[in-house]
Amino acid sequence: MAKQSIIPFGPQHPVLPEPIHLDLVLEDEKVVEAIPSIGFVHRGLESLVDKKDFNEMTYVIERTCGICSFMHGMGYCESIEKIMQVEVPNRGKYLRTIWAEMSRVHSHLLWLGLLADAFGFESLFYQCWRMREKVLDLFEMTTGGRCIFSVNKVGGVLKDIDDVMLQTIKVTMDDIAADLRIVRKTFMKDYTVESRLRGVGILTKEQAHNLGAAGPFARASGIKMDMRTTGYAAYGDLDFDIITSDECDSYGRCEVRINEIFQAIDLIGQCIDKMPKGDIATIVKGNPNGEAFVRMEQPRGEAVYFSKANGSKFLERMRVRTPTFANIPGLLETLKGADFADVPLLILTIDPCISCTER
Amino acid sequence: MEIKNPEHVLVEITPEQLLGDVMAFKKQGLRLSQICCAYVNEKIELSYSFANDDTNEYTNLRIVMDKDTEVCSITEFYPYAFLYENEMKELFGVNIQMINLDYNQKLYRLKDETPFIKK
Repeated sequence: MAKQSIIPFGPQHPVLPEPIHLDLVLEDEKVVEAIPSIGFVHRGLESLVDKKDFNEMTYVIERTCGICSFMHGMGYCESIEKIMQVEVPNRGKYLRTIWAEMSRVHSHLLWLGLLADAFGFESLFYQCWRMREKVLDLFEMTTGGRCIFSVNKVGGVLKDIDDVMLQTIKVTMDDIAADLRIVRKTFMKDYTVESRLRGVGILTKEQAHNLGAAGPFARASGIKMDMRTTGYAAYGDLDFDIITSDECDSYGRCEVRINEIFQAIDLIGQCIDKMPKGDIATIVKGNPNGEAFVRMEQPRGEAVYFSKANGSKFLERMRVRTPTFANIPGLLETLKGADFADVPLLILTIDPCISCTER
Repeated sequence: MEIKNPEHVLVEITPEQLLGDVMAFKKQGLRLSQICCAYVNEKIELSYSFANDDTNEYTNLRIVMDKDTEVCSITEFYPYAFLYENEMKELFGVNIQMINLDYNQKLYRLKDETPFIKK
């Protein structure tokens, strides 16, 4: 039996923009076990329900993360709307769906760029982030913000998008799709890329289920799970299928996310074509009283929002269960048996968001 | 794509019933979606959420108990519950026994003990 050694990995590491620590138990160059530590930047955002009223909490929850900020605000608002039995106008729902899918496009492009950077393909990284800039520009044009744009409110959205801007979004998204088709060839066919992704970080369908994996990480192991099938926002009116892969490895995770970008662009197009006229928000009066769970499909997977209210303007409890939190046990499984050199890449393949995890 | 959005189910149980119910859910192949803790009216409220990803059914087991009441870990059936349980232990001081990977209050490296319990 080879001698075992423990290598500390993180919390500071070139591949990690955010801090997570792993104690890696190695036999020669193979990982036999990984023990995680988080909590380096825990902010306790949920505890601010004591100080911020339920409307102000929208802006707090949006600051859970700088990448999927919009969807956090949306999930929180939907939980309050469910408690107060508020029906968001159809146009508000469609606008939320457009911004949510644009968030998915930019999040996945960001991840693809980081992945390319992790295996040393700098020009591919630039290509992905160049495409992502176009989405951020659209955010700025439609909301005024590029990362956290605070357009959600309980009852709907704060800003409308006019028809000219909707067409601009459609044209820009078509441009991104055309660029992505070229980049996809490199990710899926280039042998240097394949050699870093194929067969690396295997997570079988059974393991993914038994470890509670979520999002593209689970779907890349063949699990058909997507919270958009619950029909929240405008998804009930849209035509889409759950994208999965049976590869069960890092290549499959890359494939799923690329295909989900194309799917998101298609969903944005469907929303623009079907965009209803009318109000963008409902006037909400009074305070919430009751509790509700809401599930939503973030770029990284299922997020759960729980709000509990007592009729005052301050909530008793607000909780966000983020997808990275659910994917850490799956990550630990993929690390077992991996080469030490693949550890940074494997951490990236779950698309970790420590900021979300340490909300 | 067929949209399925059944009403969420909430079942109130006692701490003693927890393991039996969780074992039954595990046998049905349900996924543990999350565990949430709330401190309401000086009582601890635990919500264990289980998802059926084929039907989108969502079932919540709710335990309301005193702060010092002991509750058993469910990591025997859902090993990945360790993160949720360590979180509840640190933020709320929930007395959870037999966690398979117990961080002993070191998950979040907090300055204050049980910060989510209103003083």
